[in-house]
Amino acid sequence: MSGSFVRLLAATALTLLAGTAFPGEIPQAERRSGYDFMSRETRAMQDDDATNPGMLGVLEGGTSWARKTGAAGRACADCHGDARASMKGVAARHPAFDATLKRPVNLEQRINLCRTERQQAPALAYESRELLALTAFVARQSRGLPIDIAVDGRVQPFLDNGRAAFYRRQGQLNLACSQCHDDNWGKRLAGNTIPQAHPTGYPVYRLEWQSLGSLQRRLRNCLIGIRAEPYEYGAPELVELELFLMWRARGMAIETPGVRP
Amino acid sequence: MANALVNVPPRARRGEVIEVKTLISHPMETGYRRSQLGTPIPRDIVRLFVCTYNGTEVFRAELHPAIAANPFFVFSTVATESGTLAFQWTGDNGFSATESAAITVD
Amino acid sequence: MDRETTRRTFLQAAVAGLGLGAVITVAPAHATPEAMQDAIRKVVGSARVSKGRVKLELPPLSENGNTVPLTVSVESPMTPADHVRAIHVFTELNPQPDVVSFRFGPRAGLARVSTRIRLANTQTVTAIGELSDGSFWSASAAVVVTLAACLEDA
Repeated sequence: MSGSFVRLLAATALTLLAGTAFPGEIPQAERRSGYDFMSRETRAMQDDDATNPGMLGVLEGGTSWARKTGAAGRACADCHGDARASMKGVAARHPAFDATLKRPVNLEQRINLCRTERQQAPALAYESRELLALTAFVARQSRGLPIDIAVDGRVQPFLDNGRAAFYRRQGQLNLACSQCHDDNWGKRLAGNTIPQAHPTGYPVYRLEWQSLGSLQRRLRNCLIGIRAEPYEYGAPELVELELFLMWRARGMAIETPGVRP
Repeated sequence: MANALVNVPPRARRGEVIEVKTLISHPMETGYRRSQLGTPIPRDIVRLFVCTYNGTEVFRAELHPAIAANPFFVFSTVATESGTLAFQWTGDNGFSATESAAITVD
Repeated sequence: MDRETTRRTFLQAAVAGLGLGAVITVAPAHATPEAMQDAIRKVVGSARVSKGRVKLELPPLSENGNTVPLTVSVESPMTPADHVRAIHVFTELNPQPDVVSFRFGPRAGLARVSTRIRLANTQTVTAIGELSDGSFWSASAAVVVTLAACLEDA
């Protein structure tokens, strides 16, 4: 190898490492929510709280929030009071590191930790109507706020795992998330527009599901789509991917409850 | 347990045409789907939606499985007097839900 | 009993008669434009249906057939003497042709309703307006329906 070529290689490597952009990463200024790729009609469904089907879940979650439950006979409201104040910003900061478990937990897991530890109530099943409603209610309190994932030495290894998963080819179709969502966003896949995959509206009312659903459900759906074995709900691999996706969407506004095709 | 979102303007002028928005939680199972094992999932839909204004019916919708899940209707009515708009949804398997909203008409 | 139940009962009886005893659920994969015409006839009777007066708003391309926003309206003074009695919506390729019937009176103020419907395929949707003078009017709109790129069930 010639000296100038080695210098070029070294310079490229330094640029890649020093810059904020990982190879292929969407520049911050070009990031768009899935909302921007939807039709006018679907956007209208999300815009009006009176017509957004996800709001039915938020309403239900509000009722759960106030209901006493578990052996401790406590409602969320008994400790947290008015969710509009106490839950503001919480969804924008999750997944977040849990010092006891020594790993990040997502919002659904945080809610279940509260239920089991503080309310002495059984954990709600993943993707159950009640957990979705409660999560939607809590996340709704962060609507409009920018996603803000705190990254320190404890979180970094998990974030790196999530990032590696995003860029790793997998499944029978041997596709990496980045190939659609970094490299081909805005183009069409079988009649649908490929979004950039920023989880700004979760739990989301997906028209395909005709109900609210979590980010983990959506990730499993993608994994099934590329013919990879989907991780179980709550698996650390899914939480790490959630963590990376939320970090990748840092600064973008929470839209919960979003409506998506 | 179904919950509903209804949106009625709280005030209106007499004779004004107001817009009413209603949304109810219901899966609207069509009866045409099959489970993973191939067994048919029976139909379970809302069949009727009625809106009354101080007891008088002002709007009715007869639904079939082609109405999307979580049935949504926006319709109009004339603000005739102050009082209550009452909404009732009924359907398969004895489904019944009601909601109401007050309106002040000047 | 509607047509579907009658057909199912007949087939169940026929199968039982054969001694097989199995319950067959018969659901047509989709209805046909003829079935839609039959459904319209049931509502309209022998009266003539003229094109016009009804405005049917649907997106020409739907992102998901599970939830397609629809608005239908009929221009009318909505007085006791001259108003819209009902608007009926039909499809030609869904498993059954009826979608919804809206009933109005002069208290509606406007004969205009928005809702969300399901469309099983790319197809044409038809709305029939029934006026207080007994006349029937129609409008149609075509919708292209796309499926989700990655289905959830493996």
